[in-house]
Amino acid sequence: MASPLQCNLCGKPATVHLTQIVNSKMHKVDLCEACAQAKGVTDPGGFSLADLLMKASLSPEASAGAAGDCPGCGFTANDFKKHGRFGCPQCYRTFAGMVAPMLENMHKGVRHAGKVPVKALERHTLLERVAGLEAGLAAAVKAERYEEAARLRDELAEARRSAAKPSPGTPAPSPARR
Amino acid sequence: MTVAALLANPSELTDTASSKCAVVLMTRIRLARNLAGAAFPGWCREAQREEVLASCRVALGATAAMRRSVNVPVAELTDLQKQILVERHLISRELSGSKHGGGLVINRDQTVSVMINEEDHLRVQVLRAGFQLKKAWNQIDTLDSELEERLDYAFDPELGYLTACPTNLGTGMRASAMMHLPALVISGQMEKVVRAVNQLGMVVRGLFGEGSDASGSIFQISNQTTLGESEDAILKRLGSVLQSIIEHELNAREKLIEADAPKLFDKIGRAYGILQNCHQLSSSEAMNLLSLLRLGIDLGLFPEPIRAVTDRLLIEAQPGHIQAAARHDLDSVMRDALRADKIRNEFAVVARPDFSLHTKE
Repeated sequence: MASPLQCNLCGKPATVHLTQIVNSKMHKVDLCEACAQAKGVTDPGGFSLADLLMKASLSPEASAGAAGDCPGCGFTANDFKKHGRFGCPQCYRTFAGMVAPMLENMHKGVRHAGKVPVKALERHTLLERVAGLEAGLAAAVKAERYEEAARLRDELAEARRSAAKPSPGTPAPSPARR
Repeated sequence: MTVAALLANPSELTDTASSKCAVVLMTRIRLARNLAGAAFPGWCREAQREEVLASCRVALGATAAMRRSVNVPVAELTDLQKQILVERHLISRELSGSKHGGGLVINRDQTVSVMINEEDHLRVQVLRAGFQLKKAWNQIDTLDSELEERLDYAFDPELGYLTACPTNLGTGMRASAMMHLPALVISGQMEKVVRAVNQLGMVVRGLFGEGSDASGSIFQISNQTTLGESEDAILKRLGSVLQSIIEHELNAREKLIEADAPKLFDKIGRAYGILQNCHQLSSSEAMNLLSLLRLGIDLGLFPEPIRAVTDRLLIEAQPGHIQAAARHDLDSVMRDALRADKIRNEFAVVARPDFSLHTKE
């Protein structure tokens, strides 16, 4: 976004310059005539800068910093630029570097402060526990601490069993689940 | 329950009008939820979308709230049924256009509707007549908690509920009120209101969401941000913004009467005349006239029971509803004639407006 005269969406010369203050943060967008029309910017009744800002804030550096394709679903940073939507829940980890700066402009804060689904959180904790045990097991084996390794192996098997316990209504695991 | 039976059933929106809904016609809250381990609907293989649809339908069918609901794939609905559901704000235009894997679950009184495989795997919505943020939240919170027992939600402790679009992250909650703001429109203050509301982190849209026009002076006001605040805090903030818009609208009404009562009464009187005598009426003209009549009811020019008729017609005068009442396909001219017949008949018994209340002063 070096030249302020370029449209944030298509790169043509910008003729519409907008400033909107949301939650006492200033947001600026430059648009060409056609994009301004297409996004309904000229109609004050029904337009929010949020969607525009989301795409405009994706500078080339931000997407270059992303880690390539999402291992969960094969989504790329370019796909996001095109659709403005992510491919799967895992994309948020894959493209964390790209998401973080975007959220600052978009939301009131960057940390969730609302309702927490108990079951999903348990699963999250369990998966982290599995990852921790795996690392511990590998370290113990490497250091030839076999008693500890055996204990960790049992704990890991137990943790994996409860993590993989299918619940009614859960879709069959797909390639997206790792 | 079948869709046909559902549509014939009285609904929250068409049958619960009261003076409590004077400025806020209805309150809606929706939650965006996704299943861990499946790609979002827009990026999903068809087979996986079908799997998500099947498991969501089962999970929803097992909840207390949705046990005896309509529970169908979108593909099983006719175009007309879909249009009617859109007009009742029960499904989105996007879902009604979906080809594979879209589904909907709607309860009997049409207060709860769940879209499956729209932009997110689940879009759960509760809709209540009048200004009912708290009630709507309690209802949707209960259903959501029950669903969470059965479905594996995609959730991140830092980012909250994970959604296809990052604008919905966090709570995944969009709460909105449909507001009738004729005096702010007539007095040309709407643009100012939109700007002020935007600055407070809320969004103003037309009747049918993004990009739709605000015919009938009906607007939707909703929260813009979803991350960084609790549901409770968002609802409180929205509630106080709505409250202040209500006050502005009521002030604007008083000012209109003070400044030029004959001009305002002329508008309302003419609306009454047309509604009672029209033979051709487009849906947008109908909306605008019904809107003026509604203002007349709020000002005491018409008796309160007329509100129920007016609010029902705001929904039933829309093209899908008019078509559904006819036996064969209508073109738009025939629809305008039928709409006029219906409205003329309903208003035939409505007494002339009583302006004396205001003119004596």
